[in-house]
Amino acid sequence: MRFSALKILTEGLTGNKGWKPHWRDPEPKAEYDAIVIGGGGHGLSTAYYLAKNHGLRNVAVLEKGYIGGGNVGRNTTIVRANYFLPGNSEFYSHSLKLWEGLEEDLNYNVMHSQRGLINLFHSDGQRDAFARRGNAMINQGDDAILLDRDGVREILPYLDFDNARFPIYGGLYHPRGGTARHDAVAWGYARGADQRGVDLIQNCEVTGIDIENGQVTGVQTTRGAIRAKKVGLVVAGRSSQVAAMAGMRLPIESHVLQAFVTEGLKPVIDHVVSFGMGHFYISQSDKGGLVFGGDIDFYASYAQRGNLPMAEHVMEAGMALMPMIGKARVLRSWGGIMDMSPDGSPVIDATHIDGLFLNCGWCYGGFKAVPASGWCMAHLMATGTPHEHAAGFRLDRFETGRGLMDEEGTGAQHNLH
Amino acid sequence: MRIDCPCCGARDIREFTYKGDALALDRPDPDAGDAAWSDYVHNRDNPAGITRELWYHDMGCTAWLVVTRDTRSHEIAAVDLASAVKEGVA
Repeated sequence: MRFSALKILTEGLTGNKGWKPHWRDPEPKAEYDAIVIGGGGHGLSTAYYLAKNHGLRNVAVLEKGYIGGGNVGRNTTIVRANYFLPGNSEFYSHSLKLWEGLEEDLNYNVMHSQRGLINLFHSDGQRDAFARRGNAMINQGDDAILLDRDGVREILPYLDFDNARFPIYGGLYHPRGGTARHDAVAWGYARGADQRGVDLIQNCEVTGIDIENGQVTGVQTTRGAIRAKKVGLVVAGRSSQVAAMAGMRLPIESHVLQAFVTEGLKPVIDHVVSFGMGHFYISQSDKGGLVFGGDIDFYASYAQRGNLPMAEHVMEAGMALMPMIGKARVLRSWGGIMDMSPDGSPVIDATHIDGLFLNCGWCYGGFKAVPASGWCMAHLMATGTPHEHAAGFRLDRFETGRGLMDEEGTGAQHNLH
Repeated sequence: MRIDCPCCGARDIREFTYKGDALALDRPDPDAGDAAWSDYVHNRDNPAGITRELWYHDMGCTAWLVVTRDTRSHEIAAVDLASAVKEGVA
C-alpha cells in the first residue's frame, strides 16, 4: 500500500474502509540471515537499510513490546546537526541529509519540519564557543548563523532578554534543525522494512544469546529459539541487560530524562529554542502542545518517570527564559531511559563475538540519529566494517583513550554528561 | 525521593549529589593492569533492579553514603555511611 493524493481522496469518499495494516504480523521463522534485537527507531531503520541498501531481506526485528512503544515514542522529537567534534559532525550531518529525503524515500509523512533551532548564549566567552561551533558546522557543510541580541529578538521576541543571571547575548541559529513526528518515523521505517520482506516480530522478548566457539548462532526468545549468524543489539535503554546475555559489561549507565507537554495552544513558538545555561529546551508540536524538557535526573533509573526536583527545575528555567509559558497548563510528563556513555557519544561497533554487533550509548540524543544510525549499523552488519560516517563510534575508545568524543569537554567519565 | 541520612534523618534528594555505582569502594590494586582498571573506570553492571550507589550529602553533613536502591521503582531499601561500609561495619 502506497500513499498518494489519489488514494487519500478515494478513501475519503468511500468511508476510509480500504486502509490495510501497515505491516504484517508474522510468526518467527526458525532461521534468518540477520536478527535485529530491538524494534525502536534505530532497530527499524537498521532493518530497513539492511534490506534496501544491502539486499538482506531475510531479516527479523525482535521487539519485546510493540512497534513505537519504547524510547522512539518517548522523546522530544528534535532533529539537528550541530555537533562540534570530528566523528560526531559527519555522522549527524549524514543523518540530517537522510532526514531531508526521508518522507520521499519512505513514502510516509513523518512531518519533518525544518523550523530552525536556536541555541542561546549569555556571555562573551559563550559567544566565542558558539562561533567556533558554528564554524565547525559550516566546515562540515551544514548551516549555522551567529545571531546577535537583536537578531535573536527579531525571531524570538517573547524571550526575557534582561534576565539578571543569564541576559541573552545572542544565539547560534541552525535553520535546517527542527522536529519530526516520532511515531511516524517508527511506523514509516517499520512499513518500509516490512515491504522489503523483513519480519517484524512483536511481543517477542530475547531471553538469551547463543554463542558457539566465539560465533553467535542465534537467540532464545519468549517465542522460541531463532537462529542467525548475525545479530545486532539495538536496544538503547536496555543495552546492559541484553549485552549481559552475551557475557558483556558495557560502559553504560541508564538514566531517566523527563519531558513535558502542555495543553494545545495556538501557534506561539515557531522554532526549537535551547537554553543551555538553564537546562531547558522547547518547541511546539503541530497539535499545539508546548513540548519541553531539561537535563537528566542524574541517578540510575529504569523507571520511565522522574522525580519532582527536576520537573520543578525545568519549569523554573522555562519561566526564566520565556515568562509567557506560565500561562500554559502542563498536560502530562514522562520519562525515557537513556543509555549514558562515559563521553556522551554513542557506540556502533562489532564486538569480540563474531557476528554480534552493538548499537548503544545514545545518551539523550538518539532521535535525530535514527536514520544514520540504522544506515551505519546496517553497513556494519552487512559488510563487517564500520561505515565511514560512524568510524569514530568504537567501543574500545574508553579503554584506549583514542578517539574519545566528549562534546562538553567535561571528561570521559560517568555522571559528567 | 528522600534519602534517610544516618546523620541527618530523611532529607529531600536535592540535598544530595549522585556519584554512581558503589564500586568505588572496591578499587582494583594499583598494579592490577590496564584491563582491570578500564573495566573499573568505564564498565558497569547497570542493573534494572537493586543497585548500591554512592551519594554525597553536600547540603547536609557532607558524609558519603551507600544507598541501596531499586532502579525500577526508585525505592530505597537501605542507607549506610560509606565509611562504615568501607570498614566492614555496616
